[in-house]
Amino acid sequence: MNAPQNDRDAVLGRIREALRIPAPLHHPAERSAGGEPTTAHFREWLPPVGPTPDERLALFTQLSETLRSELILCDSAATAASHVARLASENSWKTLGLHRGELTSAMEPHFPADLERLWVDEGYDKDALEASDAGLTECELLVAQTGSVCVTGPSSGGRVLSVLPPHHLVVARRSQLVTDLTEAYASLAAKYRGQYPSMISFITGPSRTGDIERILVLGAHGPKRLTILLLP
Amino acid sequence: MRISLFVPCFIDSLYPNVAMSMVRILERLGHTVEVPESQTCCGQPPFNSGYWDEARSVASHQLKAFADADVIVSGSGSCGAMMKVFYPELFHDHPEEAAAKSISSKTWEFSEFLVNKLGVRDLGSKFEGRATFHDGCHGLRELGTKQAPRELLRHVKGLELVEMSEAETCCGFGGTFAVKYPQISTAMAEVKCNAICETKADYVISNDSSCLMQIGGWLDRNIGSVKCLHLAEVLDTP
Amino acid sequence: MSALSSPPKDQFLQDADRTTGDSPRRDAVRKALHNYQSARNRTGATFTDWKAARAAAATIKHEAVNHLDQYLEEFERQFTARGGKVFWASNSQQARDYILNLAKARNVRAIVKSKAMTGEEIHLNEALVAAGFGVVESDLGEFIQQLKGEAPYHFVFPCMHLRRDEISDLFNRELGTAKTDSPEELTMIARRVLRRTYVEADMGISGGNFIVAETGMISITENEGNARLTVGVPKIHVALVGIEKVVPRLADLALLLPMLATAGTGQHLTGYNSMYGGPRQPGENDGPEEFHVVLLDNHRTRLLADPEQRDALHCIRCGACLNVCPIFKNIGGHTYGTTYQGPIGSVITPHFRGLQDWKHLSGASSLCGACTETCPVGIDIHHHLLHNRRNAAAQKPAPGEGLLWKAFAVLMRRPALYKLATKFAPLGSMLHPLIQGTAVDPVIAWTATRDFPEAARKSFRTQFKAHQAAKQQGGVR
Ligand code: SF4
Repeated sequence: MNAPQNDRDAVLGRIREALRIPAPLHHPAERSAGGEPTTAHFREWLPPVGPTPDERLALFTQLSETLRSELILCDSAATAASHVARLASENSWKTLGLHRGELTSAMEPHFPADLERLWVDEGYDKDALEASDAGLTECELLVAQTGSVCVTGPSSGGRVLSVLPPHHLVVARRSQLVTDLTEAYASLAAKYRGQYPSMISFITGPSRTGDIERILVLGAHGPKRLTILLLP
Repeated sequence: MRISLFVPCFIDSLYPNVAMSMVRILERLGHTVEVPESQTCCGQPPFNSGYWDEARSVASHQLKAFADADVIVSGSGSCGAMMKVFYPELFHDHPEEAAAKSISSKTWEFSEFLVNKLGVRDLGSKFEGRATFHDGCHGLRELGTKQAPRELLRHVKGLELVEMSEAETCCGFGGTFAVKYPQISTAMAEVKCNAICETKADYVISNDSSCLMQIGGWLDRNIGSVKCLHLAEVLDTP
Repeated sequence: MSALSSPPKDQFLQDADRTTGDSPRRDAVRKALHNYQSARNRTGATFTDWKAARAAAATIKHEAVNHLDQYLEEFERQFTARGGKVFWASNSQQARDYILNLAKARNVRAIVKSKAMTGEEIHLNEALVAAGFGVVESDLGEFIQQLKGEAPYHFVFPCMHLRRDEISDLFNRELGTAKTDSPEELTMIARRVLRRTYVEADMGISGGNFIVAETGMISITENEGNARLTVGVPKIHVALVGIEKVVPRLADLALLLPMLATAGTGQHLTGYNSMYGGPRQPGENDGPEEFHVVLLDNHRTRLLADPEQRDALHCIRCGACLNVCPIFKNIGGHTYGTTYQGPIGSVITPHFRGLQDWKHLSGASSLCGACTETCPVGIDIHHHLLHNRRNAAAQKPAPGEGLLWKAFAVLMRRPALYKLATKFAPLGSMLHPLIQGTAVDPVIAWTATRDFPEAARKSFRTQFKAHQAAKQQGGVR
């Protein structure tokens, strides 16, 4: 088969032809006062988040519970590491996938010696990662309004570490908790200045499905458990 | 106030008591009720079937029939919605657009008229029984009527009002839809009527007689014990 | 493409007869959607102002769709600058050929797919399988439907009509697993089967919920994590996306993602919302080497050319209009015979596949408006059903029906005749002879299942006259 022709000009031509007649905005009465809505206004309509860091944390905590994420407040990297060690022994983990970051590197020396480390930074064997028991990552941000963890390739060991192993551990600092998606996007824009990573993903709770009778089951494909270790 | 009633054909011949109740209620409140002689139909049946030229022809007659009305009150949310919401669209860019908009602005559904135009809530009515209320879809979603009929019913002495689980679910009438797709229409009636029966109500009340024709038709065939009443009939019990 | 055995309308009526008679299935669907409705109401109530949010969402999509050429070009510029490839397909044939050709050129052995209704629309799986490629659907619901050899029942909840015992039997038959009545165990069976496919596949095919013009990204919304894996592990990623999916800015998603989740499933945000801007970038440790986006027109520009219904292209495919639709709940998803079921499907299918063949979907509605009320982007869904009816009748009046409404109009414009008619009987019986015994004979259709009220002895007009006369004599009170 020959490569089919790219119908770019035909499609764009039809679009331009079609758009020659303008379309009205329906329900104009419901438009926000003051003309075009801007992203700055989203906050006035979406579910409210308190203005202080404590209120943000309270909401994030509450949503984590509903989402069945496990949120653990830790006072240091060493404490966070001890939680990982506990989970490793409770669940007889053999291998932990992880990447090098400020927090993960501080935690790693405290892990049990017999927990095999699979570092993904320089590339990794897919089968080995698939067979590992958990994945430990850092993240870009946490989002209070939705209870989400924002991961990207650079912040979190690539596209796959946060979703292939059956248990995802995230370590973050309280200062990474932002109000809502609007703030998250603004913060990513400021950080990357147009050179975005190839993936930005907002993870909201462990993997889930309701496909069978609309009954909630966790761990459809991705992690069955999501543990968030929150440092000061 | 001089009030012109719009009485669609099916109320005229099948449910005259509904319109008579409206007349009596409005007169008791001290208003003059007129029924313009030349009125026929709002044009909704051909409109909903897609025959807009024919609908316009019927509606244009209606515009003339009500041309000198101060306010128009309809006992069917559906016909009310046709005149209030759809006339401006039907006559858009037609010579009678201004007349259509004028009629639209003068048209009221009965319960909205009582509560929001006249400011009346308590008509001193008495009615013994347990009842549930069905929201006609056109009244509910085209005209936004939800609280007015409930407000009026709350003031009826002796009436116990219970909400059903599917209050806002369509009864399946939908005009010609009911006979063009009878299997779907009937399945919808069944869902609606089961929700009505679950409330153990003796009466189902609505502000739209066309819905009641559907609900009553199914209940009479399958249940028999639950009675349908138009809001006006319940309120017309001084 | 599967050939239709009978005209769409006949098939629809036959299927509607059968499905409306299947009370257990109707009850199950209603029950499942009842759970959805409570979740949606709960989450919707946490919004400070849902209506304002909806108006803003509608405005964003209006802006995007009404500048579609500019935003698509901007997307293309940004996306290709990041190493992605864009292919514009006028129709399904071109889209299929491009993907098939790519798979052949790269010696692809195994393909894993995450949910994409555009894939259903262009019959992509059939084409890939016919060309000898193995394709596995990774979304649980789609996986089940693929095993069953059946189209999705609902474009968001593909197997919502199936009970757990039916799924258990299916797995038992197709996968040889032990029977179980636990949704959890059934999900884990699928998990075990599917996990290896991510690692083994060398091409991942996805759809896309949003095309972000500003940053050249495809945004994918899901709950299971299967799309993350589908586009994360294999070395080639192909996203097949309708051209209308564009939004101007990345930050617009801060509004649209929560609204999609709330309307679609009653969640604040679904499990994974991921934006993909190009293949693996320099310095990244993983991700596909190639990322192709296929922009699909396939008659969307026909809908675009109708300014009255252009807002139907604002649709974010949340499925909410299906979930509240009393027609959908009673006839079920398969009866529509379309890729996109429910109210929005009834609006757009006539534009995509022909008005005369598919106008019956616009007719099969009581116009209750529940769809329009629930739509998170404010599409005038049920009024568009009316517009389709109008356009269909103007193009080609139905035999008999055109005549009927002409006669109706004549009668209604002559009050004397009208009065005479209603004096003797309900109006219906005047017009009835015109259609008696035909397919549209309303009397049989009504009375088969419902009683018809008897005409009152005295019409309202008669009573009102007597009332006026009595009042004039001062007697009435
Ligand atoms: S039409 Fe509206 S409600 Fe229906 S699927 Fe599209 S966005 Fe959702």
